[in-house]
Amino acid sequence: MAKATRVSFGEQLAELGATHPEVVVFDADLSKSTQSQLFAAKYPERFFEMGIQEHNMIGAAAGMALSGKKPFICSFSTFVVGRFEVIRMSIGYSEANVTVVGTHCGVAIGEDGYSQMALEDIALMRTLPNMTIIQPADDREAKAAVRFLADHKSPAFLRLTRQGLEDLHGDDYEFRFGKADVIREGSDAVIFATGGVVYNALKAAEELESEGLNIRVVNIHTIAPLDVEYVVQAAKETGRVITVEDHSIIGGLGGAVAEVLGERQPTLMKRIGMTEYGRSGTPEDLYVHFGLDKNGIKRQVAEFLK
Amino acid sequence: MPALQRSANEMRIDIIRMLHAAGSGHPGGSLSLIDILTVLFLRYIKRTKENAQDPDRHRLVLSKGHGVPALYAVLARCGVIPHEDLLTLRQVDSYLQGHPHNGSFPPVEASTGSLGQGLSIAQGMAMAAKLDRKSYKVYCVMGDGESQEGQVWEALLSAPHHKLDNLIVVLDYNKGQIDGPTNQILNLEPLGDKLRAFNWDVQEIDGHDMQAIDDAVARAQEENGLPHFIIANTVKGKGVSFMEHPTEWHGKAPNAVETEAAIKELEALLN
Repeated sequence: MAKATRVSFGEQLAELGATHPEVVVFDADLSKSTQSQLFAAKYPERFFEMGIQEHNMIGAAAGMALSGKKPFICSFSTFVVGRFEVIRMSIGYSEANVTVVGTHCGVAIGEDGYSQMALEDIALMRTLPNMTIIQPADDREAKAAVRFLADHKSPAFLRLTRQGLEDLHGDDYEFRFGKADVIREGSDAVIFATGGVVYNALKAAEELESEGLNIRVVNIHTIAPLDVEYVVQAAKETGRVITVEDHSIIGGLGGAVAEVLGERQPTLMKRIGMTEYGRSGTPEDLYVHFGLDKNGIKRQVAEFLK
Repeated sequence: MPALQRSANEMRIDIIRMLHAAGSGHPGGSLSLIDILTVLFLRYIKRTKENAQDPDRHRLVLSKGHGVPALYAVLARCGVIPHEDLLTLRQVDSYLQGHPHNGSFPPVEASTGSLGQGLSIAQGMAMAAKLDRKSYKVYCVMGDGESQEGQVWEALLSAPHHKLDNLIVVLDYNKGQIDGPTNQILNLEPLGDKLRAFNWDVQEIDGHDMQAIDDAVARAQEENGLPHFIIANTVKGKGVSFMEHPTEWHGKAPNAVETEAAIKELEALLN
């Protein structure tokens, strides 16, 4: 059943409270949306409602981390990562063991429109040398990522969706940090996708089979550190690379893959993602509008491979 | 107290020597700050090499990171930095960065220098102490210029809400910033009234009177439900007559002649 990764996060974090006494959670007046409320209900003494103060939340969490705690700080990604300079100094450069949890990523949040959509957050966070970036693509992966991050000892960014995501993985799924997750084999081209659009990319690839195109689909849950060796290998094996993300094509997954291939394995690429500001609409209509639905991805991939 | 004052003046000489050796840095705000740091570290924090990483140690976040020569000087006095290392300040292979970086040198506690961020970090440390029912204090030393930052006012609103009476802020109120006197650039006054309205326990003192600093910090040990704010009125460049100016010596190092003249003046204070 489709579940939003923010819900998976909230459920898993509330469970981890019992085994991880060092975990503390901060929110900036969005705990009902980010689902940090689930942890707050079980462990109120370790939950800190900071009010609408993202700068101060980032700094206070850094101070907690420097005193031995493991803070998760939660807000809409654009609001918290938008306070980038504080993340850069107080978390990144201070080597504070804080996980920044950004929910409501991408145009798929829908009707609220651009002001609430994070479309640049991966690009910003990728520039910090010690920042781990994880974007899960379904419920199981999101929960595994939260478990991983609870024991992770470095600044991290977890990027989550507002919208429900279909299951991509079975019960036996094992999250392997920093490793590409191949969900469909293929030899004519490879699609690297991340987050909520992985499922659409997979469906597009499946339908393209009937048009004679055998396309590999790879879920990139760990954007930093990127699985560079796999990216190079897949480019060598297929000769054509497509990236799909609900984020700007500048600096996000598309940017990351292009940087690697430009240096190691020059390959023709098509980056599918956002090239303009977002707008209001239903999530479904917006994915059609911006070409991130199954048909939009299919059309762009077919055009690219012609 | 005369012994403390003498120590502070000896550290003023260290600061001048460091800045001259580095060829850049911030003498004005380091000299205004050193008396405050001397009292805090030698009388209250009592930092030693052994306790520098103790989880129960008292902590100090230097939010006005450009004053770091004063912090290094006092940490050298505490035996945490070998005295001879002070002259490596700002060199490419030194752990003494131009602004505090805890990754290079953990005893500075946090990375600061982008102004207005230290109080939030100190708030978080104070929250951690409350959560763990630990008795350590968290000190935050701020500048007046950086108090114009919005994030500072977020923390000023937040710390009393969380009843952080283990948090003690000392403002090095030297009345100067790069572009001019603070009250002309962006006036903070009436500062004490603003802070009291925000539910801080406020004291106002002469930030170069060692006894007054000591009395205020002693009073601020009280855990009465309110975070503590000590407005320490200071003079930028304090102790070197030609550096006592609100803007002139904010961010330039003394040349050889100025260094010699400054040290001569400071040595006279030791006798």
